[in-house]
Amino acid sequence: MIKVENLTRKYGAFTAVDDISFVCRPGRVTGFLGPNGAGKTTTMRVMVGLTPATHGQTTIGGHKYHDIPNPGRHVGVLLDASAQHAGRTGREVLTIGAKTMGLPMSRVDEMLELVSLSGAEGKRRVRNYSLGMRQRLGIAHALLGDPSVLILDEPANGLDPAGIRWMRGLLKGYADRGGTVLLSSHLLNEVEQIADDIIMIGRGKIVAEGTPAELLQSTGTFFKAVEVEQLLDALVASGLHPAPVGDGYRVDAEALQVGKIAAANSVTLIELRPADGGLEDMFLELTADTQREDFGQVAPA
Amino acid sequence: MSAVLTKGGHELPALDTSHTKHPPFLRLVSVELRKMMDTRAGLWLVISMAALTAIVMTIQLIVGLTQDINIKYADFIAGTTYSIGLLLPILGILSLTSEWGQRTAMVTFTLEPHRWRIIAAKLACVVAIAIASVAVALVLGTVANALFGAFGGTADWDFGVERLAGFAILQVLGVLTGFALAALLLNTPGAIVVYFVYSFVLPTLFAIGAELVGWINDIQPWVDFGDAQLPLGEWEWAKNDAAQLVVTSLIWLVLPLAIGLWRVLRAEVK
Repeated sequence: MIKVENLTRKYGAFTAVDDISFVCRPGRVTGFLGPNGAGKTTTMRVMVGLTPATHGQTTIGGHKYHDIPNPGRHVGVLLDASAQHAGRTGREVLTIGAKTMGLPMSRVDEMLELVSLSGAEGKRRVRNYSLGMRQRLGIAHALLGDPSVLILDEPANGLDPAGIRWMRGLLKGYADRGGTVLLSSHLLNEVEQIADDIIMIGRGKIVAEGTPAELLQSTGTFFKAVEVEQLLDALVASGLHPAPVGDGYRVDAEALQVGKIAAANSVTLIELRPADGGLEDMFLELTADTQREDFGQVAPA
Repeated sequence: MSAVLTKGGHELPALDTSHTKHPPFLRLVSVELRKMMDTRAGLWLVISMAALTAIVMTIQLIVGLTQDINIKYADFIAGTTYSIGLLLPILGILSLTSEWGQRTAMVTFTLEPHRWRIIAAKLACVVAIAIASVAVALVLGTVANALFGAFGGTADWDFGVERLAGFAILQVLGVLTGFALAALLLNTPGAIVVYFVYSFVLPTLFAIGAELVGWINDIQPWVDFGDAQLPLGEWEWAKNDAAQLVVTSLIWLVLPLAIGLWRVLRAEVK
């Protein structure tokens, strides 16, 4: 439903987004994962026409965003939950959106109800909202026009664990009914839990994409052995590339293959299991050379 | 739904947009009008305008009656230069800059990506508010003048269509000047400061310059926007006055507005 083709966005000499292409399919939640400053927000801003592309293009359902009449009825957008007038009430923010889109005012109450901002909270000014409440209001605003596509930038930011679970359920249900969801996050386990497809971006380039299962698979097998040198030689002879991890080794192969090679060489295995850390190791690994912070200073996900 | 085949071979359904239409222009105008009034800043600016107008007229009334000065209807209307004339441009400024200051432009331009429609709706709003202010001034002026007559003064109702037109054009020029500066700077305090420089500092500089330097004296009527607007108040036009108003408007209103709009329509909205 969302299609990004060879998108590049440059700011002077700096390339924020570097020739990326991907698609987001209906009925699925696509997680856009990457460290801060990787180009996620810029890509999403190009999608909705707030930032012009330097090269390439993005389309939604075959249309450029600019060509969609009354786009709020088709594409729900939340780019920055703080980009609301602090002096308006939550209800007023939604009322303005509903009026612009030509929706009945009952829709405002429905959405406030949906994001649990009904009653007194909806009548408070946005300046008195916590970040979590602003996110809820932003999600309500994105859903206001009953769109079939959602583009959400860091929607879980500021939500408490219960709020994140709520949002997960909401977006899963939305995708199950045929909606297309693109959501970004710099937190891996958030995306791992919610996304059907993951697109990983670092320094403006896509570094990996696939389902969480596919991406997990490639993390390989962790092993420890008594005659470890002998086993390493045998693995290398089989065309594999084992690498030291912690007090053992990791290799891109299934446990069965490693076990067979060990048996054939009479090696005593003392540990053999799928390499742990899941996507997180891969996320850190894939983005290690592309992120701004030192590897060791990465905030816990 | 028809399907689009992507490079990777995935079939992506097309979005059927046939059942939605662009928001009608009048709807955008009514939403923008609402946005000008639904915050404390906007609401109080409008209330202050009306209140200040009433206060200035009351002062005129009291001074006129106690000092035995004859105050005409036209004087009460002219007095709004210090209330409506002062605050209306600020309303014009806020209508645009608040979208940037509060970053709501991101939402506004996402819901209507044809930015010129939003800008046109805002322009229509500020002009409508300027016209409405004229009506309010006329009503308050009528009350003040009637009171003046009732308390012993001689009520002079002479005003006329021409002076009404001049008064209305003055207010519209004021609000548009504010709007133009807002589009140029996209920053509330900056635009307000520059507006006050426009209104109070530049005319003084022109006057001093014209006194001291011969060539400034020669060009001053063609570059001094404040001076060029004077004939509108009394609707008395000397030779070249109309041309000077047009030329100064081009320099101080149309040029910044054009540059500002070009910027707003193209700017990356952060």
